[in-house]
Amino acid sequence: MAEPGTVSEVAAAGEAVPPGGAGARRIADAFARRSGAAALMPYLMAGFPTGEGAADIGRAYAYEGADLVELGLPFSDPLADGPVIHAAGTRALANGTRLADALALCEGLAADLPVVVMGYVNLVLARGAQAFARALVDAGASGLIVPDLPLEESDEVRAACDEAGLALVPLVAPTSSPERLEAIARRARGFVYAVSVVGTTGERTSLCDHVEPLVERVKAGSSVPVALGFGISTPDHAAAAAAAGADGVIVASRLMREAADATDPGAAVAPLVRGFREALG
Amino acid sequence: MTVEAGVEHRFGPYGGQYVPETLMPALAELELAWVAARDDPAFRAELERLLRDYAGRPTPLYLAERLSEAAGREIWLKREDLMHTGSHKLNNALGQALLGRRMGKERMIAETGAGQHGVASATACALLGLECVVYMGAEDIRRQRPNVERMKLLGAQVRCVEAGARTLKEAVSEAIRDWVANASGTHYIIGSAVGPAPYPALVRDLQRIIGDEARFQVLERAGRLPDRVIACVGGGSNSIGTFTAFVGDPDVRLVGVEAAGEGLEGGRHGAPLTAGGQAGVLHGSLSAVMQDADGQITEAHSISAGLDYPGSGPEHAWLRDSGRATYLAVSDTDAVAAFRAVARLEGIIPALETAHALHHALQPDSSTLDLVCLSGRGDKDLAEVLDRDG
Repeated sequence: MAEPGTVSEVAAAGEAVPPGGAGARRIADAFARRSGAAALMPYLMAGFPTGEGAADIGRAYAYEGADLVELGLPFSDPLADGPVIHAAGTRALANGTRLADALALCEGLAADLPVVVMGYVNLVLARGAQAFARALVDAGASGLIVPDLPLEESDEVRAACDEAGLALVPLVAPTSSPERLEAIARRARGFVYAVSVVGTTGERTSLCDHVEPLVERVKAGSSVPVALGFGISTPDHAAAAAAAGADGVIVASRLMREAADATDPGAAVAPLVRGFREALG
Repeated sequence: MTVEAGVEHRFGPYGGQYVPETLMPALAELELAWVAARDDPAFRAELERLLRDYAGRPTPLYLAERLSEAAGREIWLKREDLMHTGSHKLNNALGQALLGRRMGKERMIAETGAGQHGVASATACALLGLECVVYMGAEDIRRQRPNVERMKLLGAQVRCVEAGARTLKEAVSEAIRDWVANASGTHYIIGSAVGPAPYPALVRDLQRIIGDEARFQVLERAGRLPDRVIACVGGGSNSIGTFTAFVGDPDVRLVGVEAAGEGLEGGRHGAPLTAGGQAGVLHGSLSAVMQDADGQITEAHSISAGLDYPGSGPEHAWLRDSGRATYLAVSDTDAVAAFRAVARLEGIIPALETAHALHHALQPDSSTLDLVCLSGRGDKDLAEVLDRDG
């Protein structure tokens, strides 16, 4: 599917422009600033609980010391998401949130923090990978996570992202074989998103035992940072993730649950973000 | 895994494996298991024995004389409605349950729209002593109550899905989420020729017995091949199962009939192949889908729960683009009319899904011999039809 001889191959061969371009550089800088500790990357869903509420949440994340922000695009059929994020997306769509609204939000967030957009593959393909990547870069985004785009299907989107200067961040899972981990890590831009659980997004009572070996295996094969997500629900989980060697921690469902019924969503998530920030040092 | 060693991942540009990374090893494991099982004489013998002695295969090919008279051409019906559990779905469910057991999985999950695949899965699991969980939309639970009771009686757990329009699309999504969390001990018996590879090929392989039998039977009985082979298309399992045997017969027209619902123009339909438009990804594969400009999947509508789905099997999208098959759509109203007509003319109450195909077979055409897949029986639909006609 991928066009041969695209920027990605040239860049991967060791040219001056790193794969993922300016977006990857901004992400790398954000992780580097937390070198020795772990970067905090809270998640918000565009248009949730409202358009204005999402912007407030983003401001609270920046104020409370987040290092990067993950911006979810609402999608009708989010296969990788558990009930909280699924419901958040459904509500955002019911609010009338469109891609254009998410891009406007992205622009505001990007003034303060590197933004990594999470969007399902059909949203990318509907606009066309190249046009989608360019639109994200125009809105200030630094990276893109596509939870239903495994390595085998990713060449075209990665080439488009490389060309636009956007880091296509891949996911690895506890079920990924060592061979897959190596192949995925080798093509990673920005960072590797390590899924800490076998399942969908959502809060868990404890961090799984396999997290440490997973992080170790990814780091062995990759020069980019590793961030851990899915199921990080408490500051203790975040601290354990950092202790397991993660360079970054992604928190989503816990924060979105708090924002769901809040009259002031920004104020509601702020103390939680502070707690995660303190736990990470 | 290369395509040569396994099964097709792509049909033209369609298909693929658009799923979370967590599932990729499970898909590879399934593909390997299927490639080994389909060439294993012991596996094939057991499946053949069950299909024959338990499920009632081969199903008859019936020359429907009064229907033929009404249509002005011979109409031969492939009687999948006569199979155990009342539809073609058991061909696939039995095969996949045997495969799942062979893989060492003790828990089976399935989705269902009309309830026919749920009943078939519950039946296969009861027979093989496997745990069975069936995801079903709340709206479908309402309109297919008898099948819900059948599943429960067969020992399956029916899980009600409240998301979205509360129909088949959401049931598939919930089943996939379950599988993401539980793949190591669970096999997902997908009910149609949709989903990530290897599912579209696996389901076709298990359903192609419909067309293989029918082609042999029509040659033996009518002494010729049909001018047209007609089947209804939701996800597209009975149709791909019927078409596959005839794909290599260039003079046989393959016709897939989708649900036009309340009409194609208003968007209240289940006809992504007929409506055309940009391809998209739903439930793990690229194919014809109903979507808006942003790429949000839109809600389908059909009076028949089994066709109430905004996606389609990727092989159908390729058969359409390559010109080998044609797709068109029949409205709710016309399907109900055919449902009633076939009941009165033949003493056969067809499933509402099948009634879409039967309506098209009754329209004027140059064909002199049609073969229609009578994919299922319509007892489950009585309440829906009676409610509608008030």
